[in-house]
Amino acid sequence: MEALIAIAVGLMTTCGVYLLLRARTFPVVLGLTLLSYAVNLFLFAMGRLTIGSPAIIAPAHTAMADPLPQALVLTAIVIGFGMTAFVVVLALRARADLGNDHVDGRDV
Amino acid sequence: MSVLSDHIVIAPLLVPLLAGILLVLMRGSATLLRRNLSMLGVQALFAVSLMLLLQVLDGQLLVYQLGAWPAPFGIVLVADRLSAMMVLLTSVLAFLVMLHAIHGSDRKGRQFHVLFQFQLFGLNGAFLTGDLFNLFVFFEVLLIASYGLLLHGGGAGRSRAGLHYVVINLVGSALFLFAVGTLYGVLGTLNMADLSLRIVALPENDRELVRAGGLLLMLVFALKAALAPLHLWLPSAYASAGPAAAALFAIMTKVGAYAIVRVYTLVLAPGAEGLAELVPSLLLGLGLVTIVVGTVGVLASRGLALMVAYLVLVSSGTLLSAFGIGGVEAMTAGLYYLLHSTLVAAALFLLTDNVADTRGRFRDRLEPGPLLPAANLLGGLFLVLAVAVVGLPPLSGFIGKVLILQAGLTNAWMPWILAVVLITSLLTLTAVVRAGSTLFFKTESKAGAAKLPDMAFLVPVIVFAVLIMGLVIYAGPIYDFVRATAEQLADPASYIEAVLGDAPGSRRP
Repeated sequence: MEALIAIAVGLMTTCGVYLLLRARTFPVVLGLTLLSYAVNLFLFAMGRLTIGSPAIIAPAHTAMADPLPQALVLTAIVIGFGMTAFVVVLALRARADLGNDHVDGRDV
Repeated sequence: MSVLSDHIVIAPLLVPLLAGILLVLMRGSATLLRRNLSMLGVQALFAVSLMLLLQVLDGQLLVYQLGAWPAPFGIVLVADRLSAMMVLLTSVLAFLVMLHAIHGSDRKGRQFHVLFQFQLFGLNGAFLTGDLFNLFVFFEVLLIASYGLLLHGGGAGRSRAGLHYVVINLVGSALFLFAVGTLYGVLGTLNMADLSLRIVALPENDRELVRAGGLLLMLVFALKAALAPLHLWLPSAYASAGPAAAALFAIMTKVGAYAIVRVYTLVLAPGAEGLAELVPSLLLGLGLVTIVVGTVGVLASRGLALMVAYLVLVSSGTLLSAFGIGGVEAMTAGLYYLLHSTLVAAALFLLTDNVADTRGRFRDRLEPGPLLPAANLLGGLFLVLAVAVVGLPPLSGFIGKVLILQAGLTNAWMPWILAVVLITSLLTLTAVVRAGSTLFFKTESKAGAAKLPDMAFLVPVIVFAVLIMGLVIYAGPIYDFVRATAEQLADPASYIEAVLGDAPGSRRP
């Protein structure tokens, strides 16, 4: 499972970085989204991967999942969601103001 | 009063937050009312910031546990001399920028005051927080407000610069989270005091991960502080922002510098072998590169706003080189320079707007324009600020640079520091003098008439100039204060003691 998660994070980061370097705003927005997914998954895995253990200390269970990364990732998801919405609107605004969707506003 | 002094540490966060929320609710009310409320918020912020500074002046560390949960389990706010100084600097800046904004530039777009208050909330939070994740959250708060402020007023130039600024900062935020995740995964805590203790006690085979996380964190802060080669977002963003936004952004690169200083002195310097030596040499080397790159930009600028943006870059490089030299002397010099450069940059952005307004269609372009009716006043202010920003005696830039050079004399890089700082000072002097003579002396007969400057817009600039002179006149007491601040930073044990105290769980094997 560790290898699978690591590959997923790596793959999403790779695709995210590739898309970020594109010249049009839409791929850049997608790249940012992918990068934030990769970050969320990475943060989530930082509490170590456990199966079927609760996030609270319960007498019936000896193992427990670390609740803090779950709280952190929730915050990161909310912030990432808001930022994605903002950057989509900004990209649309730049498209309207500059007349094209190039990140430098140049029509090439 | 005792309620206020009990909660003084969180007051600089609550005041702009409440003012911001009230302003959101008052969307439909009269402009005058909203302006007054916003101004009142900024004044209240100044008052509580001053009280906070007075409380920590004797070296006491104030720790505020939210919900009374003890650190490292709960969230803490920590106010030491450095935090209180930054909060007060922010509030002074906010007050003067607000003084400018309420005379009209807040009407060029919507919700200026809401964004402004939330920006202050984010800034103060970043200066006061005691753990890394909240540092991230407050960075996001101040960034999203700054996106709004940067785009305030609209226009194609702002959209283009804004897009770059937003995308680079979102990438920075993603890297920040990667760094935070790595540190948490290895160390199991995000409280900075606790991190510091646990790094020291870390087994050898986990150290590489912590080094990677720490360096990634420094990279993110360097991006905010515009350290070369991560500076490319700064000039166009600052030059295209409105005057009030640009002046407030003078503190933004300092947030990055503050975070570098805080995390380095508290977390990395005591425990992270390898990083403890690597970070200062990187800061010094890249800081000097930033100064050179910024100076080239200053020389090449064809507009005053862009030139001021590059001057901000130069000052940011100078500041980070000072921190990179290392030691209490250099930290003292850096902190003094930080106060000076923030005030000067903000004043220059506001003055640029005044000059651009009076010159009509020539705006701030550095070419001969109309004869300015108030050239003596505008030119005089420009002269004062130029002397300060370049670092000529007798103003504060000179004192700051002398202190930095003095601290650099014992450094192994001494020839480089002296050569870069002195030669670039001469070059920026040339560029600034050329800009001043073009704007105020060379006139074009067919350029038409210039407007009289609006005195209301000049008042904040004059107050800034007075403050800059105050930095010289009271250089003694201010030096003593920043020196005490630097000494406090050099002693992370007292910070850790104050935050963790004898809390259960703070003394781990």
